[in-house]
Amino acid sequence: MTRALRLFRRRLVGSIFVLLIVVIGSFLLLEAAPGDAVDAYIVSTGGDVGMIELLRHRWGLDQSELTRLANYLWALLHLDLGQSVTFSRPIRDVILERLPTTLILMGSATALSFGLGSALGIYAGARPGSFRDRFLSIGSLALYAVPGFWLGLVLIVIFAVDLRWLPIGGIETIASGKTGLARVADIATHLVLPVSALGFIYLALYLRMMRAGMAEAWRQDFVLAARARGLSRRRIVLAHVARNALLPLVTMLGLQSAQMLGGSVVIESVFAVPGLGRLAQKAVAARDTPLLLGIILVSAVLVVVINLLVDLAYAILDPRVGAGEASA
Amino acid sequence: MSELTISRRGLLAGSALLLASTALPTIGLAQTPKKGGRLVLAADSEPRNLNPAIVASNGVFFISSKIVETLAEASFDGKDGLQPRLALSWDGAADGLSVTFKLRDGVKWHDRKPFTSADVAFSALQIWKPLQNLGRTVFKDLEAVDTPDELTAIFKFAKPTPFQLIRNALPALSSVVPKHLYEVGKIEDNPANNAPVGTGPFKFAEYKAGQYYRLTRNDAYWGKDEPYLDEIVYQVLPDRTSAAAALEAEEIQLAAFSAVPLADLDRISKVPGLKVITKGYEGLTYQLVVEINHRRKELADLKVRQAIAHAIDKDFVVKTIFLGYAATATGPVPKNDPQFYTADVETYPFDVAKANALLDEAGYKRTDDGKRFSLKLLPAPYFNETKQFGDYLRQALAAIGIEAEIVNNDAAAHIKAIYTDHAFDLAVGPPVFRGDPAISTTILVQSGIPDGVPFSNQGGYKNAELDALIAKASETLDTSARTDLYKEFQKKVAADLPLINVAEWSFISVARDTVGNIANNPRWAVSNWADTYLAG
Repeated sequence: MTRALRLFRRRLVGSIFVLLIVVIGSFLLLEAAPGDAVDAYIVSTGGDVGMIELLRHRWGLDQSELTRLANYLWALLHLDLGQSVTFSRPIRDVILERLPTTLILMGSATALSFGLGSALGIYAGARPGSFRDRFLSIGSLALYAVPGFWLGLVLIVIFAVDLRWLPIGGIETIASGKTGLARVADIATHLVLPVSALGFIYLALYLRMMRAGMAEAWRQDFVLAARARGLSRRRIVLAHVARNALLPLVTMLGLQSAQMLGGSVVIESVFAVPGLGRLAQKAVAARDTPLLLGIILVSAVLVVVINLLVDLAYAILDPRVGAGEASA
Repeated sequence: MSELTISRRGLLAGSALLLASTALPTIGLAQTPKKGGRLVLAADSEPRNLNPAIVASNGVFFISSKIVETLAEASFDGKDGLQPRLALSWDGAADGLSVTFKLRDGVKWHDRKPFTSADVAFSALQIWKPLQNLGRTVFKDLEAVDTPDELTAIFKFAKPTPFQLIRNALPALSSVVPKHLYEVGKIEDNPANNAPVGTGPFKFAEYKAGQYYRLTRNDAYWGKDEPYLDEIVYQVLPDRTSAAAALEAEEIQLAAFSAVPLADLDRISKVPGLKVITKGYEGLTYQLVVEINHRRKELADLKVRQAIAHAIDKDFVVKTIFLGYAATATGPVPKNDPQFYTADVETYPFDVAKANALLDEAGYKRTDDGKRFSLKLLPAPYFNETKQFGDYLRQALAAIGIEAEIVNNDAAAHIKAIYTDHAFDLAVGPPVFRGDPAISTTILVQSGIPDGVPFSNQGGYKNAELDALIAKASETLDTSARTDLYKEFQKKVAADLPLINVAEWSFISVARDTVGNIANNPRWAVSNWADTYLAG
């Protein structure tokens, strides 16, 4: 069995326990919040005691917490996420409908912040202490300090309201009937602003980490050795200094995926993007416990899978990782 | 009519064009109604059930009223404030035991089946009475609906029911849904609840969760040459600042229900091509109310309640929190109600010295640190204005030595804290006046309501005299006698202060100049929009 596969198996077993704890913990937390799904519902309708009791019964809220948790876990064992009271639809469908949007948004934003961040980091780190290094460091920090929703609104005002180059929100043109490449282009146009708003904020992290890693690497002996071998500066920067500084960035990528999910709640609201973040917000407001658990579960699986991939990438990038297990 | 109108005009006086377009929405601009076009507007919520016969709420009506019609709609100039929709006439028997509706001929459901009195009977008996949030109260004594022919429906009541109440309830409570689609299976699980079928000018086309609702023109609509629009699209914009941006970017043409925050209105009214409209919500008045927990011994004392009423500067609230888009309140019926309102009630002018004197008299002297007692204050989170008023009230109470601790909750937690747990001393709430005090207003002060009923008297207030008056009004059939009883009701509430009415407000629309026939009835945003058009 290869090293990567073994790692994968060990991680999978551990992940199932993590997911179970996440589900039970979230369930108890949400139950502790005052008000239930019926309370949230009658905010907009009002109603008398008979109607309220009827709703509690129909939505299964007249059962004890323990019974509901047991029922949920039992259904989950059969891979059934249950029924959403907010949408009167199976939760699996509701989440699957939104998942692609969130994945595209997060994926593009991560690619932007990682790609551009590390590229600029290499540019800055190639000459630590130079003017361009200082300029980029300060500029990226300023971006990092900006709240996501504000950056989003500024982008909307400039590019959608004043210049009218890009749409102000949504994921695609409403009922446009576009298909194929035209639809892809349409979605891409709609994603430019939200992806930028989400991506630019995290750009600083990668940039600073790359730069710091490179500044460190320049002082290492192997750089001196490379110089002594007469390698070109370009080659030293890319193949030796940057590569060694890359490892922590990959770790960061895994950690960042969880944060990105959180950040997308705000960005999805500002840009009216129908993703998981907004769905989670709605689930909390509506006290739709099974829906929120479903979202948390799917997000947790996502984060676990991404971190697994990161570990695998790590193992490939750095032969030392997992070497201990080979002998075990 | 109302101070609402006066303050609004005063505000807009600076802009002649605006004034003209708001005061005369139908003829203010020299446009002729034009056929066709897609109206795109902002929506901020996605109701879980779109059936207005089950859920009579503005959030549902906003979308469904274009698809499913009521027996009658509110009107500025019609008799009794009504205009016919599915019913052509309505007539109450003198004994209050029956109401006869004559129905419109030649009306077809969206699936081309004919609309008949059987549909009305089914909707009333199987949905409004047993399932509808408001109908369960108003139609509780409805016993049978006779259908002697296809175009006559006679409502029979077990107990005498005031015709005035039924009439006033028609615009909001009488959505008719097709019997042939609803008689199979459980009504609550019917797929038509999420894709409604009705007789209205627009048909439900599609809903993309988190994105939009799309309605298309009903070519077989009964209204001559109506509707004008080909499509209505509700674009879901959860962030309120983005509605204003979408209007400016010309991505949407209309933002109703104050989707544009009050603070942005001044700026947006100066954007060329956009107009701010305050008309069209007269039938949807919200009341800013201080709810009081009478279980607290200090608050059970009338003098303390009077002191609190005197401590609130209502004019300041209207000017600063509502930026003028509201009116001060005198009692439990709003000033803009044409039938019931009376100004002849006890008033509580802003007077801090008097408030302090009242509290001293009540025996709650200031202690050494200047405080008399402390309270828990829970502002409802549903509107910016209710939250802001909570902050204002805290300051106003501090000026008379009452320390208020603000407790912020989200909607679900707030509703449980107030109406089920009674875990409050004062609360700020926005009850809705629905055209008749018996629909959802008397319940705010009446005693004997079980725990857990939202927007009702959960403050433990009990006044036998007031309860008797409410009971008497509910069975008084004569319209003018009934109206007088509700005037008496307003006096009693204002005198005894089971709650404190501070202000009354409604919503604002912002639209492109091209959108025509806006705000031409008192419930415009939740009416059928058959005559709304887009000028070229």
